[in-house]
Amino acid sequence: MSVELANISIARPATIEEAVALASGPDARYLAGGTDLLVNMRRGITRAARLIDLAGVDALKSISCDASGVVVGAGVELARLIEHEEISRRFPAIVQAAAAIAAPGHRNVATLGGNLCLDTRCVYYNQSEWWRSANAWCLKNRGDTCHVAPQGERCHAAFSGDLAPVLLVLGAEIEVAGPAGRRRMPLAELYVEDGRAHLTLAHGELLVAVHLPADGRNAAYEKVRLRGAIDYPLAGVAVAMTMQDGRIESLRVGLTGLNSRPLLVAGTEAFAGRAVDDDLLKAVDRLVQHQAQPVRTTLAAAHYRRLAAAAVARRLVRRLAGG
Amino acid sequence: MHGSAKPRKRLVRIEVNGRWCEDAVSDGDLLVDYLRDVAHLTSVKVGCDGGECGACTVLLDGVPVSACLTLVVRCEGRNVETVEGLVKQGRPNRLQQAFHEKLGAQCGFCTPGMIMASEALLRRNPHPSDDEIRAALAGNLCRCTGYVKIIESVRHAAEASA
Repeated sequence: MSVELANISIARPATIEEAVALASGPDARYLAGGTDLLVNMRRGITRAARLIDLAGVDALKSISCDASGVVVGAGVELARLIEHEEISRRFPAIVQAAAAIAAPGHRNVATLGGNLCLDTRCVYYNQSEWWRSANAWCLKNRGDTCHVAPQGERCHAAFSGDLAPVLLVLGAEIEVAGPAGRRRMPLAELYVEDGRAHLTLAHGELLVAVHLPADGRNAAYEKVRLRGAIDYPLAGVAVAMTMQDGRIESLRVGLTGLNSRPLLVAGTEAFAGRAVDDDLLKAVDRLVQHQAQPVRTTLAAAHYRRLAAAAVARRLVRRLAGG
Repeated sequence: MHGSAKPRKRLVRIEVNGRWCEDAVSDGDLLVDYLRDVAHLTSVKVGCDGGECGACTVLLDGVPVSACLTLVVRCEGRNVETVEGLVKQGRPNRLQQAFHEKLGAQCGFCTPGMIMASEALLRRNPHPSDDEIRAALAGNLCRCTGYVKIIESVRHAAEASA
């Protein structure tokens, strides 16, 4: 048995209410697919005495689609999301992002909610115990200095979930259950720009569902990474765009793998009414480069990730415009 | 739960390669350790031990998962298959035979995981294209980099059963 998991206990609730009640105790954490959490626990970077296993909570696994919108349970596995006909018809970008996450074996257990609540990542953080101890730990875990930006006071670990930027450009809302009841909010409000505590969920709160509009056909997602499978994005870009009479009606760009939170690029509403030409693509490129804030959290250079994000954004805008 | 330092054990029933097993396990036990140390199925390899290499790929209710990312308590009442379970009456199955004939194994360390991921593919899709084979094996690393022979082996197994 793995030493780090030796003393944990696992609770297996059947309902959301039971799960929330169990998670209110100290040292308790929710366990979704576990493809990231269990690895982090074994590396000693995430600690919990008790895991609340969500695999048996059926209420988290439903997908409902009608004319007013689509609601996807946070416990839906990525493989199921990819194979769901209605999801792939209405939201091809969700399928593109989900299919680019990890590998088939992970996608069979990893969930939508798990990917949205994914821990932030850094080359100084996702390391073994001895590696981190030899480097005097880091600001995100046990240490007092961020090795990426030693002068600063905050952790710069990057958010690397692939689904969040897609759901941001689609205008998704999330539903959260907690000890104080349920609340619903725009997905963007789940995140803050702090690599050490990037989620706004209070202790014991659980992401239960994602609410989507009825249709999000004209959107796309692409990521840049070192290895064509398994790897997290060095940069990931989602674009949603609607056109009318050859001109942009609305354009939204979402980023991941760069900042400590998934980012909806600000200022794209100014592109409404413009044609998709070289000037427009240059303006999109500039906007992405300006707002993406990659720092040295990966082995690839931060500047490369900034340029790659801008290039992918340009490519997706051109593709969605039919060019 | 009540501050007790001693990890409690619980009995789990798991169908391993067609045989029901009942064993006492701790909540934190991983499937990879259970299969290797308790069930003595050492085809399940520990490569990266962090979900990145696919050497511990087994089938859980028919779908490939990394045994190093799977808690044993989650397998209660479920079916687990390893490469040992593919042998019927002492004869290798089509994929094992094809990996043998087409030299799909070099050092052999990734082979059980490769075969289990391929087995899941062929059950779902008996005649996959090369791209579909590549996609299904995307999570399995071969450190000998013998991918061409591995893909040939899977293709050969699919053709042999046509």
